[in-house]
Amino acid sequence: MAQELGLTAAVAATPPRAIEADPARANWLAAQAWARWQRRLLPLLGAAALLFVWWALVAVFDVKPYVAPSPEVVALTMAQKSNVLLANLWPTMIEAISGFALGNLIAIAIAILFVHRKWVEMAFFPIVVLINSIPVVAKAPILVLLLGNGMAPKIAIAAIICFFPTLVNMVRGLEAISPQAMELMHVLSARKWEIFLRLRLPTSIPYLFSALKIAASTSVVGAIVGEWIGSQVGIGALIIQATYNFDSALLYATVITGSAFSVLFFLAIRTLERLCVRWVPHPA
Amino acid sequence: MSAALLSEPADLADAPAIELRGVTVRFMSPQREVVALEDISFTVQPGSFLTLLGPSGCGKSTLLRAVADIIAPSNGSVRVLGHAPADARRRRDIGFVFQDSTLLAWRSAIDNVRLPLQVGGGARSTVRRSPEDLLALVGLSGWEHAMPHELSGGMRQRVAIARALLGDPRILLMDEPFGALDEITRDRLNDELLHVWRETGTTILFVTHSIHEAAYLGQQVLMLSSHPGRVREIVPIDLPEPRHLSIRDTAEFGALAGRLRAILETC
Repeated sequence: MAQELGLTAAVAATPPRAIEADPARANWLAAQAWARWQRRLLPLLGAAALLFVWWALVAVFDVKPYVAPSPEVVALTMAQKSNVLLANLWPTMIEAISGFALGNLIAIAIAILFVHRKWVEMAFFPIVVLINSIPVVAKAPILVLLLGNGMAPKIAIAAIICFFPTLVNMVRGLEAISPQAMELMHVLSARKWEIFLRLRLPTSIPYLFSALKIAASTSVVGAIVGEWIGSQVGIGALIIQATYNFDSALLYATVITGSAFSVLFFLAIRTLERLCVRWVPHPA
Repeated sequence: MSAALLSEPADLADAPAIELRGVTVRFMSPQREVVALEDISFTVQPGSFLTLLGPSGCGKSTLLRAVADIIAPSNGSVRVLGHAPADARRRRDIGFVFQDSTLLAWRSAIDNVRLPLQVGGGARSTVRRSPEDLLALVGLSGWEHAMPHELSGGMRQRVAIARALLGDPRILLMDEPFGALDEITRDRLNDELLHVWRETGTTILFVTHSIHEAAYLGQQVLMLSSHPGRVREIVPIDLPEPRHLSIRDTAEFGALAGRLRAILETC
């Protein structure tokens, strides 16, 4: 027993000393740590460098404030007019998120219908492709005429812009099951709804999320484009106002506010994806 | 005679596990009609282990799918435990193992084994072996909660076997289950399959294109010729039971494998 203990102690004691004494390993560890810091620091340095170039260009060429603002003026505007910016972000957020929910829900429902009733897909998919080929800026006035000046046309535009990628991806996902998996379900005498619930739906989830990540950004684009046409509030309306007033600092601040929301929305969907889809390895 | 053939056997326990009579399967390919199987007749006794050997494209997999009610024969009849294949399938008498493990990627090993309980009305009755027991039977205790992408190819195939065994099916159909595995893993799984067969007493119909696998596992080897698939010969394998891998080094096994190879060359 004592012998055994002594042996374990000796074995346990040897490797750490050997590692400490190994200069090659120490160098390797240092290089790894440096590479980690590089990955974190370099993007920040890149952003700082671009901000400096922006500031220097405005200062050196004496660019007038109604043409382009310098970065510190934009930062100041964001701080001073934060209440105006947030008051206008609020309706855009509601429109984008409502449109996102509506467009994706309809797309998922229609994808399920397409997969189970092939003739519906054959009859209507070409029309969907045709409608999708109309540019958003052309669809927007039509919807404003149809739905008036409130939030409804903006929500509709955001929904339409989300609809197509989700429909296409969801159909692909629901059909991405192997013939052998279908044979397995047949041997188990699974019913149609069981095949849908246990096989098709889980298979489609990763496909759905790649569409939702696209939709998160495009729904904000849809809401802003909708606000360009006949709206008093929202990020889109504020962009138009600032442009006509030659208030470049407010214009830039508005754009940054809208983008920040877009990025946060995207990150929220990606976080949800990582929580829901644990069986597919995600890139870091 | 014909009346006896048409009527249901009175005691189904006496019925052969699998019985094919004059089974022909035709497919329509875009250009022409393809005869995958022609006039196949053979009988498999309950509890036996039959391997199906033949060149690729001879219809081995088609034959297995006709027994499992995945495809219907164009002519002839298939009986499983004296019943139509569809009845046997609904009674959960058939377990099927595919070449690809076909595990659901979002389910852990144990949840994949449980799948037969959750679809198609669940198991026939209370299962004799629990999902946990079945994973232990295929040597995977301790891996219950591993996800498929965390398992090796051989381990995934073991999970697929455990899943096929849930509900104690009396027939196990295996379609080249170890075809995609390396030789070392394949040998080990061959031994474990023989162990499972002895433990469960299930009837096994096993498709392979490996001569050694066919001879080592089967009590009989059914050899199919190709284009169209026909029964070429049924070779009894008179090797002592229980078998171990070392049997493959004996002259007796070598002679058997040589004989199978000679028949295969004329297929």
